[in-house]
Amino acid sequence: MAKKGLEDRGQGLGRREVLECMVWAGTGVLWTVSGGVPHSVGLIGDALAAEPTGFTFLQMSDSHIGFDKAANPDALATLREAVAIVKAMPVKPSFIIHTGDITHLSKPAEFDNADKVFGETGVQVHWVPGEHDIIDVDRGKAYLDRYGRGTKGAGWYSYDDHGIHFIGLVNVVDLKGGGLGNFGAEQLAWLEADLKDRSNSTPIVVFAHIPLQVIYKEWGWGTEDGTQALSLLKRFGSVTILNGHIHQLAQKVEGNMTFHTALSTAFPQPAPGTAPSPGPMLVPADKLRSFLGLSTVNVVQGNKPLAIIDRTLVA
Amino acid sequence: MKNLISQCRNVAARLPLSRALMIAMLLGPIAGALLAYGAVAAQEPNVVTIDNFTFGPKELTVPVGTTVKWVNHDDIPHTVANKDKLFRSAALDTDDSYSYTFASAGTFDYFCGLHPYMVGKIIVK
Repeated sequence: MAKKGLEDRGQGLGRREVLECMVWAGTGVLWTVSGGVPHSVGLIGDALAAEPTGFTFLQMSDSHIGFDKAANPDALATLREAVAIVKAMPVKPSFIIHTGDITHLSKPAEFDNADKVFGETGVQVHWVPGEHDIIDVDRGKAYLDRYGRGTKGAGWYSYDDHGIHFIGLVNVVDLKGGGLGNFGAEQLAWLEADLKDRSNSTPIVVFAHIPLQVIYKEWGWGTEDGTQALSLLKRFGSVTILNGHIHQLAQKVEGNMTFHTALSTAFPQPAPGTAPSPGPMLVPADKLRSFLGLSTVNVVQGNKPLAIIDRTLVA
Repeated sequence: MKNLISQCRNVAARLPLSRALMIAMLLGPIAGALLAYGAVAAQEPNVVTIDNFTFGPKELTVPVGTTVKWVNHDDIPHTVANKDKLFRSAALDTDDSYSYTFASAGTFDYFCGLHPYMVGKIIVK
C-alpha cells in the first residue's frame, strides 16, 4: 500500500514538492563559505574537478547500527557502502567526525560492528554520542568505555588540527521533560573556559548530535540551551556547526556561523511537519540510497573558505 | 496493524481529494473494522501505548495500587521517565513494554528520555 501511495504521489507533484525532493535527493552540492556568505559553486562532479588541495575531513552520521525495520532492513549494509566510498577516495580525509547515533540500541554487538566497519577506513574517527548511544542499562557507560578516553563529563572534548579548533559537544544527556536537546551548565562552563584564550581569528568547528539551533521545536529538533553555546561562539570569525539527528540536509548561515546537518547512512526522516511524527520514513527500496549519504568538508588554508560537499550513496 | 493505519493516513495525506475519497469509499468497511479494533484496543485498561512519538492516552486516571503498562509501537526506541525520577524504564524497542505500580495518590508527569517533547501524565486517586 505504501508503495502504491508513493507512485500516485509522483503523478501530482507540485513545484514545492519537487524542490523538497531535490533537497532530499542531495545529489551533492559544493558550498564554499567566504566572509560568512555561502556560494554554491556547482554539483559534485564540478566540485571534484576543482577539488581544493587543502585539508579535508569527513562528516558521517546516524549509522543506527542494529536498525532492521522496514525503512531499511540492513543499516549495517548501507553503512558499509558509505565506508566503501571513503575507502575509494583518491585523497583520504584527515579524519572522520561522527555526529552520533552510531548504534540503534547501544548494544555491545552494535558498538563492535561500528569499531569493525569504521576501522576499515583506516581513518581516525572523532565521536560524539546520539541519544541512541546512551540507552544501555548504565545510561552511557557503554559509549564512554569505548570512546570516552580523554573526554570530560558525558563525553565532550576539543582538539586542534591544521589551525582549526574542533569542539565535540554532547546534547543528548539528562534531557528534561517537555524540552529539547540539552548541554547543561557544567558543559557550558567547560566550553566557555575552552574558548577563553583563543583569538577571534581561530576557525572553529563545533559538532554535536542534535542541531544547536531550533529547526523544528514540535519534533524536538533543537537544543534548549543551544543559544548559550552560540553566544560564546559569536565573537569568532568563522564558526562551522555540524549536526546529525534529523537525517536530512539543512544548511543555514547566520553572520559568521554556518549550520549544517548531515544525511544518515541508515534511513531518511520526513521533512519537518510533513508527517504525524519524526521517525524512519519509508521510501521505495530502489530509492533508499539516494536518501542516505555523507559529507566532505574542505578547508583551504589562508583565506579560509570552507566547502561542504554532500553526497549520497548513489549518484 | 498500527503500520497499516499510519500508512493509510500517509497515503490519504498525499492524494488529491477526489482520489482520497474514492479510496476512502473502497476502504470504508476495512477502515471501519480497523477503527473498531482501535477503539477496543484503546479501552484496554491501564495501558498507555506509544504511537507516532505520542503517549496515548496522554492523561490517564487510575486508583491507588494500579499497575500501568506502557507499550511502544514505534520503529524507534522510547523510554518512560518520571519528571521527579520516581520511575524510569529501560529503552523500549518496538513492542517492548514497561510496567509500574502506583502505590500512592498524586499526579505523576512523565516524558520520553530520548525525545523529551513526548510527555504524559498519570493521575492516581
